[in-house]
Amino acid sequence: MSSKHEASDIAAASRLPRDRSPRHLEATRASCPQDLERARRDCVDAWPPNLVSSCLGGESLDRRAFLKAAALPCLAACAVAAVYDRRLAAAAVPAPRPAAESDAQFIVEAKFYEKLPYKKIKCKLCPRECVIDDRERGYCGVRENRGGTYYTLVHSRVVSAHVDPIEKKPLFHFLPGAPAFSIATAGCNVNCKMCQNWEISQVRPEQVRSSYVPPARLAALARQNQCPVIAYTYSEPVIFYEYMVDCAEAGHAAGVKSVVITGGYIQQEPLQQLCRRVDAIKVDLKGFSEKFYKEVVQGELKPVLNALVTMRKLGMWTEIVYLVVPTLNDTDEQLKGVARWVRSELGLDVPVHFTRFHPEYLLKNLPPTPLETIERAKAIADAEGLHYVYVGNVPGHPGESTYCPKCRRVVVERVGYTVAAVKIRKGKCQYCQEPIAGVWGA
Amino acid sequence: MKVGIANRRDFLKRGMAGALFLGGVRSAEASAQPVTPLPGEKSRVVISRDSKLREAGSGVDSARLQKLLDRALQSLYGLDSPLEAWKKVVRPGEVVGLKASCLAGRGISTGVPLVDAICERLQQAGVREVVIWDRLNSDLESARFQIRERGQGIRCFGNDVLGYEDDLAVYGSVGSRISRTLTQICDAVINLPVLKDHSITGVTIALKSMFGAIHNPNKYHLSAGDPYVADVYMLPPIRQKVRLTICDATTALYEGGPSYMPQWTWPYNGLIVGFDPVAVDYTGWQIIEKKRAEAGMKSLQEARRAPHYIATAADAQHRLGTNDPNRIDLVQV
Repeated sequence: MSSKHEASDIAAASRLPRDRSPRHLEATRASCPQDLERARRDCVDAWPPNLVSSCLGGESLDRRAFLKAAALPCLAACAVAAVYDRRLAAAAVPAPRPAAESDAQFIVEAKFYEKLPYKKIKCKLCPRECVIDDRERGYCGVRENRGGTYYTLVHSRVVSAHVDPIEKKPLFHFLPGAPAFSIATAGCNVNCKMCQNWEISQVRPEQVRSSYVPPARLAALARQNQCPVIAYTYSEPVIFYEYMVDCAEAGHAAGVKSVVITGGYIQQEPLQQLCRRVDAIKVDLKGFSEKFYKEVVQGELKPVLNALVTMRKLGMWTEIVYLVVPTLNDTDEQLKGVARWVRSELGLDVPVHFTRFHPEYLLKNLPPTPLETIERAKAIADAEGLHYVYVGNVPGHPGESTYCPKCRRVVVERVGYTVAAVKIRKGKCQYCQEPIAGVWGA
Repeated sequence: MKVGIANRRDFLKRGMAGALFLGGVRSAEASAQPVTPLPGEKSRVVISRDSKLREAGSGVDSARLQKLLDRALQSLYGLDSPLEAWKKVVRPGEVVGLKASCLAGRGISTGVPLVDAICERLQQAGVREVVIWDRLNSDLESARFQIRERGQGIRCFGNDVLGYEDDLAVYGSVGSRISRTLTQICDAVINLPVLKDHSITGVTIALKSMFGAIHNPNKYHLSAGDPYVADVYMLPPIRQKVRLTICDATTALYEGGPSYMPQWTWPYNGLIVGFDPVAVDYTGWQIIEKKRAEAGMKSLQEARRAPHYIATAADAQHRLGTNDPNRIDLVQV
């Protein structure tokens, strides 16, 4: 498929009503400068063609060019979207749809499933183990039983693509400052009430515009955008497993690494195979009780903890994010539980990020996490002896920087997503030569 | 879609004339019926059956089906005229949606002959337009409906045409986008589920049929759909617009659902009609249980998939209807 087709294809997405577009946010960080963040939220959502083509057509943009390019198309997109909505309501006739893509190009037989009698199947990708009747889909909404064979519907079906700093994932101990070519498909195998990407994670693939980006093309785009890393993120990469591993393979062949941003709700066998193909995994540990996982996530805690243990045993570079949600997972008991468990099961060198929640999706009734709560979480984890405990979604906080666990000097200075200085040489603190856990060189 | 060409042409003529005459003025006759029976009252559920419904072979006799439908509506309202009964359901000039259930394909889906019969009566009752809809165009086509997205009179298309509202509708445990066909096109909806069991939720009849109106039904099968099925039906556009349930039980399924399992279907040759979706679901469930017992199968309770969501739908929080057999006025015609 030509670059021109892809660019125009994605450009069609710019005609979506604005709030239907994917937001592809991870930590909702307000980075500096503030006008950049505002522009990013507004304009990337509208997918102006010249910006999108910079992601999927091979150009790279600096900040000034980004702002210049995005401003007018943003305004135009908003105006068009407003007219579009009014027309839809008034005319009461089916609105014109984009030229139909053939879904067949996205459909690939799934891995990890078991055939059952009467054309049923049991999915074995995640612990949910959905038993799916013919013509039905699993919980994730992107894998379907067709006549007793199970298919992923989202191979190469990208709904969101963006170049992000790797700190945004957040991965703080993996190639600091590296731009990550970040992609997602629709779907997710949980339903977190605080999901900030629900508009792509909680929809079915036919409900959101997408583009065909096969693995080799993705790897090439990463290189063209000077990204040494591909990040599978925004929604839940477990559910686009087949695509993810194929891309990781293509990426490695092109000299591009792969990182996975996941809730970790995955069975052991696919996880072990995944760990042989990717280079780092950041896990969102949503809470530290089965009650929380059941009521707020529609998932389970134990399989996630098991997955973390497996990752460490296999030597996978792992970082953990704990999104602190006021009143739901911010008790001392849960916070101590996390810290103690990480210390005993994973070790002191696993970075843990306590990040600030912002009201979203089905938890708009809650306030943002108070700074005191985030700092309390950090203090608890520090007291347990964890070496690398971070504060997230609080731009400018000293807890964003990396400190040598021995001499306590700043070895990676960060402000928001920006790495200001790195004082690590050959994996060691340049001051006291203490090893700093992580992957520091390409 | 096998709506007869002659009928459609007449429909268009009459519809346009009616629209011009009425100028959009609505009659006050029809109104949504309360679904929770008042104290001392009962929810009427009509089962209308015809042992000779099928012609030689497996096809349904359209004329007999029309009569079956008429008897059901007349009995539901206690009226002698089916047209007068339909005028109680809909108002002239309205756009009426017929929510079909076509997920399982041709073998166990809302039948085209039933939809034809309903369209005939709606036409006579003076509605402006009928929209036959379900989740996807492909689902409707698999059940032999013909997609017709534009034009006047009768249209037929899936939610994938107009999409879903941007904002979430939230109730209890659910948060979903609602089909724009429901929210922006239909003034009223007649729910046309089928009678079948479900491998996860026990049964899938009137209440669960509305999973076809939301964008994320795949998220709501946990805990055998309880309380999700009830919570989805509580979403205002659904609860406020669905006026009547006509369950297509001409062919029914007692095991292996929701997929079509021909070895476990049987020709029930009937319709189950009511305002109260809980009472309809309860009634349908009992029919399935009876058939399962006849076939020597475990009950859904014994098979660990009793449809608990029906009781939830009837509880004090939801009040979507009644599952109390003492409060269901079951009429068989």
